Amino acid sequence: MSEKQFYDSPLEEVEPGHTFLDSNELVLNMGPQHPSTHGVLRVILKLDGEKVNGIECVIGYLHRGIEKVAEHRTWAQFAPFVDRLDYTAAVSNSLGYCLAVEKLLSVEVPKRAQYLRVILTELCRLASHQVWLGTHVLDIGAVTPLFYTFRDREDILNVFEKYCGARLTTHAFRIGGCRYDAYAGFYEEVLHICDDLGPKIDEYRDLITGNRIWMQRTKNVGCISAEDCIAYGITGPVLRGSGVDWDLRKKQPYSSYEDFDFEVPLGTAGDTFDRYVVRVEEMRQSIRIIRQATEGLMEGPIIAKVPKVIRPPVGEIYSSIEAPKGELGFFLVSDGGPMPYRLRVRPPSFINLQALEKMATGSLVADVVAIIGTLDIVLGEVDR
Amino acid sequence: MIQNILQYLHSNVTPGEDGNLFWVVVYVLLVFAGISVGVIFMNWFERKIMAHMQVRLGPMRVGPHGLLQPIADALKLIIKEDLMPANADKIVFWFAPVCVVMTAFCGFIVVPFGPTHAITDMNIGVLFMLGVSSLGVLGVIMAGWASNSHYPLMGSLRSGAQMVSYEIAMSMTVVSAVMMTSMATGTGTLSMIGIVQAQLQQRTWFAFSFFPVGLTALGVFSIAMVAETNRAPFDLPEAESELVAGFLTEYSGFRWSLFFLAEYASMIAVSSIATTLWLGGWLRPFPNLLGGKNWDIAFSLVPGLTFLAIAALCLFYFTRMPRIRAMRAESTGLAAFGGVLGVIGLIMMLPTVRVRIQDIYWFTLKTGFFMYLYIWYRTTFPRYRFDQLMKIGWKVLLPISIGVVVMTALIGVRHELLALVWK
Repeated sequence: MSEKQFYDSPLEEVEPGHTFLDSNELVLNMGPQHPSTHGVLRVILKLDGEKVNGIECVIGYLHRGIEKVAEHRTWAQFAPFVDRLDYTAAVSNSLGYCLAVEKLLSVEVPKRAQYLRVILTELCRLASHQVWLGTHVLDIGAVTPLFYTFRDREDILNVFEKYCGARLTTHAFRIGGCRYDAYAGFYEEVLHICDDLGPKIDEYRDLITGNRIWMQRTKNVGCISAEDCIAYGITGPVLRGSGVDWDLRKKQPYSSYEDFDFEVPLGTAGDTFDRYVVRVEEMRQSIRIIRQATEGLMEGPIIAKVPKVIRPPVGEIYSSIEAPKGELGFFLVSDGGPMPYRLRVRPPSFINLQALEKMATGSLVADVVAIIGTLDIVLGEVDR
Repeated sequence: MIQNILQYLHSNVTPGEDGNLFWVVVYVLLVFAGISVGVIFMNWFERKIMAHMQVRLGPMRVGPHGLLQPIADALKLIIKEDLMPANADKIVFWFAPVCVVMTAFCGFIVVPFGPTHAITDMNIGVLFMLGVSSLGVLGVIMAGWASNSHYPLMGSLRSGAQMVSYEIAMSMTVVSAVMMTSMATGTGTLSMIGIVQAQLQQRTWFAFSFFPVGLTALGVFSIAMVAETNRAPFDLPEAESELVAGFLTEYSGFRWSLFFLAEYASMIAVSSIATTLWLGGWLRPFPNLLGGKNWDIAFSLVPGLTFLAIAALCLFYFTRMPRIRAMRAESTGLAAFGGVLGVIGLIMMLPTVRVRIQDIYWFTLKTGFFMYLYIWYRTTFPRYRFDQLMKIGWKVLLPISIGVVVMTALIGVRHELLALVWK
């Protein structure tokens, strides 16, 4: 896009108060190669000195056409592809997809498989939040917490590796349940992580939460009200940071989440600091859930009877879960054949990213970076 | 030549004051080489300390415990292709790193590593140092402008604003220290050597005189100097997560390494100002309290003993290294390093050497303390935002530093009045 075209872009009509054609205006292309756009996000900033007058996201640099790919794979074959959406939370994606197909098939997943799924998904939430915490804090300039969070994430990835052989793109679940049962020593390792991670989260807190610079950098930065969140369709910790009590695990329990006792942490101000607090508290709640699920894990089958070639009845379905980043929904259309007629992902990152313009306009360049971090986007999921 | 050396050995002043051109040149070379080696060592030190704070090992491959890593890095930077952006302002782009390095090293002309170990002693030493070090911002602005690119431009603008605003708080605290020099003699001095000698006469480091005024001044200075050298948490001009590499974005290879050299050299420079003004410069610990010949000898042995201790550590770890072929180069290197350090340590024990060397040792130790603080800050703190940075500079540090100056003056006057009354 040439500079002339960019000046004439509709942004000016949206924000008539700004004098975009000031001689001081600087158009800065942040990305697609930039250390803190969390992948290949391109953000066009209209700057007045340090102040951001206008902001526009350009996405699609990581578009792989996953939704189209689905139309040429059988229902089971497509399952590994969803791991590549939000690659920091592959297990959650897997759960979302499997639940959607199971809903379409009307299959009842055995209780043991449900509990196993909860354990692994919550572990995955911990891992995802640790990646977020490390990179978010790194964006704001603190280098050290990144290494701590990645050190602790390693334990979780080791569990994944032992469970299903992969660390990142796990393909942990199958349609109808789980492919693998808990390996020998699974409970001990998971409970060990639960015991271990609490003090380590305290360590992150000691390093970050009370830090004056951190508070100055995050409080009242990237504020978004509850009404705006709902209007934008924002979900997940960003929504809860604004004080809206909406967690699909509580509101539309799936995979036996109704069995577990946990709280949904809420923020009040809807700023970056609140979202940080919400996510860190969520990590503690995840530990609670994992502990309950591991202790309550019963004997039984781990996979329901599902035909070899899955041919769901004709129809369409929308099923969603609470992924670490928000509501991850799958909309499936079946024509009765072995392959999806249409598959549509409702990715939390993509929809949360829309709020960047609202949150960052009028702030400073450094805040834009902080806001991208606090939205916790993964470009694999944004672009699909 | 021999006469020159003899003149130097019997001289009690710096070569510059002595008018001894030969030794001035030698000292210039020594200081330049010493600071460069210091920068290289700092690089290794920083990476290691950061690594250990961040639960990793840091450089381990090149040389024992990665000791040769900075040299390998420097070599790689020098042989790298010399890139210049097509639309850059060629001359300014070329001159910017030169300017930065020159100003960073110029300040060392007056830094006293010992009573005679300075290139020269000026009667406006502190002023010269502050003036020269603040010229470095010109190079940064030149670099940002000449790169003809957005990130460097923003980086250099930030740098310019930042350095100018912290310069003031910094100079104010320096004024306070200079005022303290007049306490014993009645006449103050701006000479770096004079300031240290004043601390010796007043039997206290200026950090502890007029408690807590001196300490506050040191505190303000040590914050302002971090901002002045663009280091974390005030590293906005090169904020990686915002401006990629700030004004360094378009620089690579040798030019980049010049900026790197200048950054660390100016860190050492401001640290040595802080050491000279508040921590007694080259003075050994407790020169008055533990005075006397025996204590003098005991303290003068410390530098040699330090070297011998490090040598012993190296040799100890050499004996513990596995005797396998793959480790042969490593272990030989470690043993050789230990051996060299041991020899240096022994040389430093010689009576003629140790009396001249110990000043440098204590000075380096105190400066090293500030350098360690730099690394510590970098691993601990998030980065300030630009407006917050300005707010701290103008609304917090500047008032405090003005208060420090006023308090110093008031307490000084009070002392004088009391002295008059007693007479």
